[in-house]
Amino acid sequence: MEKKKPPTQDRFSFNDSAPCPTVPVPPGPIPAPPPGTPRNRVTLTVDGKTVRVPEGSTLLEACKTLGIDTPTLCYLENLNPVNVCRVCVVELEGARTLVPACSRRVEDGMAIRTDSERVRLSRRMVLEFLASSVDVSTAPELQAYLERYGGQPERYGPATAPAAAGEPETARAGVHCPTDGQTAATVAQPVKIDNDLYVRDYGKCILCYKCVQACGEEAQNTFAIAVAGRGFDSRISTEYAVPLPDSACVYCGNCIGVCPTGALMFKSEYDMREAGTWKEAEQERTDTICPYCGVGCTLTLHVQDNRIVKATSPLDQEVTRGHLCIKGRFGWQFVQGKGKKK
Amino acid sequence: MGGGTSSYQEVEDADVILLWGSNARETHPIFFHHVLKGVKRGARLFVIDPRRTSSAQWADGWLGLDVGSDIALSNAMAREILDAGLENRSFIEHATSGFDEYCRSIESYTLERGERETGVPAESIRKLAHEYARADKAELCWTLGITEHHNAVDNVLALINLALLTGHVGKYGSGLNPLRGQNNVQGGGDMGAIPDRLPGFQHVESDELRSRFERAWGVEIPPKRGLHLSGMFDAMDEGKLTALYILGENPAVSEADQRRARRLLGGLECLVVQDLLMTDTAAMADVVLPAAAGWCESDGTVTSSERKVQRVRRALSPPPGVRDDLEILYELARRLGSDWGQPDPKRIWDELRSLSPMHRGMSYERLEALDGIRWPCYDESHPGELFLHSRLWQEPLLGPRAPFSPVEFAPPVDELNDRFPLRLTTGRRLDSYNTGAQTTSYSSPLRRGESLDLSPEDGERYGVLEGERVKVVSRRGSVIAPVRFDTGLRPGLAFMTLHFPDEVQTNQLTIDAVDPKSGTAEFKASAVRIVKLAAAQPG
Repeated sequence: MEKKKPPTQDRFSFNDSAPCPTVPVPPGPIPAPPPGTPRNRVTLTVDGKTVRVPEGSTLLEACKTLGIDTPTLCYLENLNPVNVCRVCVVELEGARTLVPACSRRVEDGMAIRTDSERVRLSRRMVLEFLASSVDVSTAPELQAYLERYGGQPERYGPATAPAAAGEPETARAGVHCPTDGQTAATVAQPVKIDNDLYVRDYGKCILCYKCVQACGEEAQNTFAIAVAGRGFDSRISTEYAVPLPDSACVYCGNCIGVCPTGALMFKSEYDMREAGTWKEAEQERTDTICPYCGVGCTLTLHVQDNRIVKATSPLDQEVTRGHLCIKGRFGWQFVQGKGKKK
Repeated sequence: MGGGTSSYQEVEDADVILLWGSNARETHPIFFHHVLKGVKRGARLFVIDPRRTSSAQWADGWLGLDVGSDIALSNAMAREILDAGLENRSFIEHATSGFDEYCRSIESYTLERGERETGVPAESIRKLAHEYARADKAELCWTLGITEHHNAVDNVLALINLALLTGHVGKYGSGLNPLRGQNNVQGGGDMGAIPDRLPGFQHVESDELRSRFERAWGVEIPPKRGLHLSGMFDAMDEGKLTALYILGENPAVSEADQRRARRLLGGLECLVVQDLLMTDTAAMADVVLPAAAGWCESDGTVTSSERKVQRVRRALSPPPGVRDDLEILYELARRLGSDWGQPDPKRIWDELRSLSPMHRGMSYERLEALDGIRWPCYDESHPGELFLHSRLWQEPLLGPRAPFSPVEFAPPVDELNDRFPLRLTTGRRLDSYNTGAQTTSYSSPLRRGESLDLSPEDGERYGVLEGERVKVVSRRGSVIAPVRFDTGLRPGLAFMTLHFPDEVQTNQLTIDAVDPKSGTAEFKASAVRIVKLAAAQPG
């Protein structure tokens, strides 16, 4: 076995033998990824207008090329569609049921309607059911859709009393209390605060599954949460409903990043909202690069009164696709005065 | 030019991914998302690491080699590839040099020798060699497990040899990727913050290259390379270096053999520290220059592990009395008699572009519009290079051949013996960062503080319990830390981090055996023993 002497001698002049390249290496051809397979174009009609889009596109994408703003809740461009919210449904000629635009692929000759009475009614009902049973006060998009479709969630009657802490977790599959027909069943329950980084307010959860996807195989692959229960008792839960610090959670906050209703929220935002100091309109957003490892994740810093109040990442950013780790998401306290020299 | 040859997107399209001396799952979590995309598309992942890490849990194969035996493993892989006729003969003949000498150098590294030196079963070495060589596209990624050794550069060369042998470099989906540990350690190198280079990796000892900078700046530049960090500490030891100006480093905590580092820093005639936090090093300084946080209180650029230059932007105003790094440097220059005008990050960047051909095409406007550009980018119509070294595949070959560099296995300097029977290696955890200066200020539910991680078998062997505080002794110093059992460690291997210097100063234990070529200390391999503090508690 060869043994090198420990490099203790003459460390002062180390590296003197390294070559000194004076001839610059000529640049090669500009590297490119292998060409993708060309996609055929498909023709369809949307609200009477003809549109040509690449094969494999979704109806949602086809609508987008025409400038049609389709409501979505469970859809996000960095996740695979799971078709659970049904708010993006459109009417497809020849189909018995409405189809979800977010996942239905285009086919040649399709004719769809995005604003028919049937579509409007369906969207309105979906939004009303959600808003009558869920606290949508921090879901501005959902509120805007409600207004667009004239939803009146209050017509389902006053809300039932909120559940006690831990009560939703005791629901057993198949066991339901019949409603009285006068009050609206809700998922109202106390907010779960079990760590200093983020809170879970499942009274605001519309069960869009996005957090489960982001925690699971679409991004983080930690699988700390899943959907538990059946029917109206369905809920997002850690294993055996343990508090987050006892779960598999690694606090990447990628669930917060995809949550459309504010059910998952930075503790910093939650505390400021509670104190009445959260002023989103006054906040500035600045994109910069995370100060930690060398991967180069884009951080969008949300700044209010010269303090960072939360950090996100753009969904269309090729490094992060909107996802971060615990340090990037939460590790910015050190610039907020603590430990800083005056 | 030194940088990762591939882009992250290529990792998603690779057939085989090797993570060698890297626990990317915890230390480069978002890079690992790209690895996982690759795995889900069918890539086979192999993790080469003494510890069975959370990255290894995703792997098709984990090779738990002995600390510091990387060259024995890579040379044995290379020999097996040749034996099996799996080398890329046409690439070797077309684009490389020194192949025959390389073949001779690995002749003695049989699979049996590989197993003996590394502790990895011969069959596992053979399998990895075949998987890597047979892959259509293979990415080889590494981190400090390769570079924090007394033979860091040799370790890297051994990996480069494997890529040359198999042709896994210079084409889409095949490359060599050091994952960088800081958000701008790549950019620091790009900008010439290394002892022998000017910006754009232009060698300071080339009269032609240096004179361009001298003409542009109107000053004479010292024609010889300077010192690495470790060389500076030696120079302090010899009394040749008496004043030190540190920007954003905490060597009083981060240097190996901390007692020596502190003694030398304390013996300086003048120590100036520019930092955003009052670090232990800053506390020792004669002058502290409070600096703004470069990533959120300043404008500028950083370069990532895929060579991508990206903008950092000012989102906060620094507190009163705290200045931008540029402002401090400009003011210093002014007081030293050279007025550089008003600091302006964009103007400085344009000056860099005028002097560094590989950055020439990266205007601020293009960096904004394209959301970052990978170097090299030679002009404003150049998109930047997705991967490096495409020239090696050109007919005829463009530029010089890529040399094989024969390297020999040399075990860690800090030898194990009866007095120091445990191999201590150091590393990082997901929620903390280096010396903890930044991360201890946020409250992480994952954080458990410092510990001496041992295999449960060693716990039994040394009669220590989980949570028991023990003294850890190396040839240089000792610390007291609680024991924690980790089934990812094999008997004989211990693990600590550097994250909690206020609790446990791990670098009291580490050795400053330094790689002569890179100046990196062997943080990854110390020899230690455990001393019980009290009689074993019952039960």
